Amino acid sequence: MKKTSQLILTLAFILMCFGVSNAQKGYNIGDVATDFKLENVDGKMLSMADYPDAEGFIIIFTCNTCPYAVAYEDRIIALDKTFADKGYPVIAIMPNNPEIKPGDSMKAMKARAKAKGFTFPYLMDEGQKIYPQYGASKTPEVYVLEKTNKGGVVKYMGAIDDNYQDEQAVNKRYVEDAVNALLDGTEVPEQKTRAIGCSIKA
Amino acid sequence: MRYLFLLILVTCVCCKNTQKPEVALTAPIENPVGDALEVYDFEEFESLLHKKDNYTYVINFWATWCAPCIKELPHFEQLNAQYADKNVKVILVSLDFPNQYDFRLKPYISSNGIKSKVVALNDPDSNSWIPKVDKNWTGAIPATLIYNDQKRTFYEQSFDYDQLQTAVKPFLK
Repeated sequence: MKKTSQLILTLAFILMCFGVSNAQKGYNIGDVATDFKLENVDGKMLSMADYPDAEGFIIIFTCNTCPYAVAYEDRIIALDKTFADKGYPVIAIMPNNPEIKPGDSMKAMKARAKAKGFTFPYLMDEGQKIYPQYGASKTPEVYVLEKTNKGGVVKYMGAIDDNYQDEQAVNKRYVEDAVNALLDGTEVPEQKTRAIGCSIKA
Repeated sequence: MRYLFLLILVTCVCCKNTQKPEVALTAPIENPVGDALEVYDFEEFESLLHKKDNYTYVINFWATWCAPCIKELPHFEQLNAQYADKNVKVILVSLDFPNQYDFRLKPYISSNGIKSKVVALNDPDSNSWIPKVDKNWTGAIPATLIYNDQKRTFYEQSFDYDQLQTAVKPFLK
């Protein structure tokens, strides 16, 4: 009897460990991504649920202070301009702890959004609850979600394109290709990519 | 049975990598200098990840704008000096943007008297080469690869000197 209960306890523990490690790794392709309710630079709280007409979302974890994220700002604006009207708006989320990186405070985010003329919401991951669920590890990092009746399903995760330095030299526009494929009802050509970025500071 | 439980507990705890590196942007340093800098694309650079000689290589990926990288850099310098007679070589791989080489990277190297070998990796298509450094690397820096002709271990984390020594010791022959 004692052995049986120990065995059950052990098995439960193994399952728990796997659960924990999965949660830490975040989402994979096909997973349903959580909605959020986060403060935007306009002072209002925003969720994906506030977009009843959207067909999906381009969720981008980005910040003010990472040179890679800054290098992509204009391209993020361009993505929103291209795809918001087609049903795939950009929602940017700032995942860093602003107490450690004052350059990423809400005040600094507001200033940045205004200076660059962000056409999309720029949300503070207050309490840093959202990015670990997604499994983001750095800025910039993108998740393209397709809206289904189960919620937003992850269809693409990774980099914006294959050249952070020079937009003119880009060969593969990963996010653009993914959203276009979803709009066409075809397979996303490359579902997961990686890029150098700035680690998210907890 | 009890030992199995303990073993699983320890394994689970060890698997959790809680160290989170970070980067920050600092003001540009003026005073460009004309020192030579080895700049490679990944194809040229890759042989540095697969040397088969008598040395243990500690390959650290960093950038001058990456605050935790700059914080841990002195530990890599110390390791390079103290373990030179144990056939350990540190290579600091800068991921600074090319337009920063003259204004930030070279001044940083000379003003801090960096003794370890520094190379600059300039290959924007990082999706193609990140998995060739390590299949588990997400692309966040700092990151460090330690290898010799017998084994290799990759770390996506920051190091203090004790942790670095502990990581290198299993490689010493």
